[in-house]
Amino acid sequence: MLELHLILIFVIIGAIIAVEIKDLLSSVVAVSAAGLGLCIIFLMLKAPDVAITQLVVEIFLLVILIRATIRRDLPFSVSGRWFFNTLITVVFIGMFLTVAFICLKQLPEFGSPLMRVSSFYLKEGFDKTQATNLISSILLGFRAYDTLGEATILFTSVIAVLVVIRKKGRKEVMEKEDKDEF
Amino acid sequence: MNSENNNGMSLIIKTVTRLTVGFIFIYGIYIVLHGHVSPGGGFAGGVIIALSFVNLMLAYGKEELYKRVPKTVLSLFESIGAIMFLSIALLGFTGGYFFYDWFVYKGEPFSIFSAGTMPLSNIAIAIKVASGLFAIFLVLILLRVTSGEEE
Repeated sequence: MLELHLILIFVIIGAIIAVEIKDLLSSVVAVSAAGLGLCIIFLMLKAPDVAITQLVVEIFLLVILIRATIRRDLPFSVSGRWFFNTLITVVFIGMFLTVAFICLKQLPEFGSPLMRVSSFYLKEGFDKTQATNLISSILLGFRAYDTLGEATILFTSVIAVLVVIRKKGRKEVMEKEDKDEF
Repeated sequence: MNSENNNGMSLIIKTVTRLTVGFIFIYGIYIVLHGHVSPGGGFAGGVIIALSFVNLMLAYGKEELYKRVPKTVLSLFESIGAIMFLSIALLGFTGGYFFYDWFVYKGEPFSIFSAGTMPLSNIAIAIKVASGLFAIFLVLILLRVTSGEEE
């Protein structure tokens, strides 16, 4: 339990550094360090599927962030109504912490989950699907509807990115076609 | 460094990439095919396959890879993956309901050919995720190049 808390503190420090530091490259490195800590936490809680996905997606996002966005000049609004902004931030963080405290008190203890549906999966999952990886049997067997929804979300987002970002604007292309016709 | 990026990186990186990228690709396929036996699955394996293409692109430059893998091919593969997953789900109506396990041959547990339709669904998800994520990466890189030239 102690090493779990240590890694959790490491993740929190990495996240704070990623938000606060000025240099963009250092910020990206801090984000990936926090992700690595999260991956180790998943491994220690005995969830290797989630750990593999976390590590792989973290690497992909790191490459995308460094190659595609690191040299952009990002506009920051430093001056202005700092008192108003700070007040609003403090009020919203206070509201969030209050609601989160009330909600988290209702949850069961850490390490002793509610076993209503999961006990059925653990008992019957292997006999019903013949898959030795129980995560896979839940993802593609019992909960295949959720996987279909997730796949649809990914498909739609990729199509949207391909439509929005392109080399030439639609106006240019249409003008060129018009000239070709005449 | 900017001019180097357009033609790929140095000779050492190109050679090492040429030697190792096949292993990364095969590891992704291994993770996908063993998704119902060991940890992993379609999503993680698909991202690893996309990472192997990203590795090639970083080493050899964007123009070299864009000539061989254009955007239309990626859209085609992504649509094939989506239609494959949906048709696996819809073929369940031959047995009565959505996502019914319509495979007759169940197979031995702990082997690749087991667990009914799960390996097929894993392959479909992997095709979709790999082509979709690589398409996003390609489009973001190309956008960066063109906006830099215009300014």
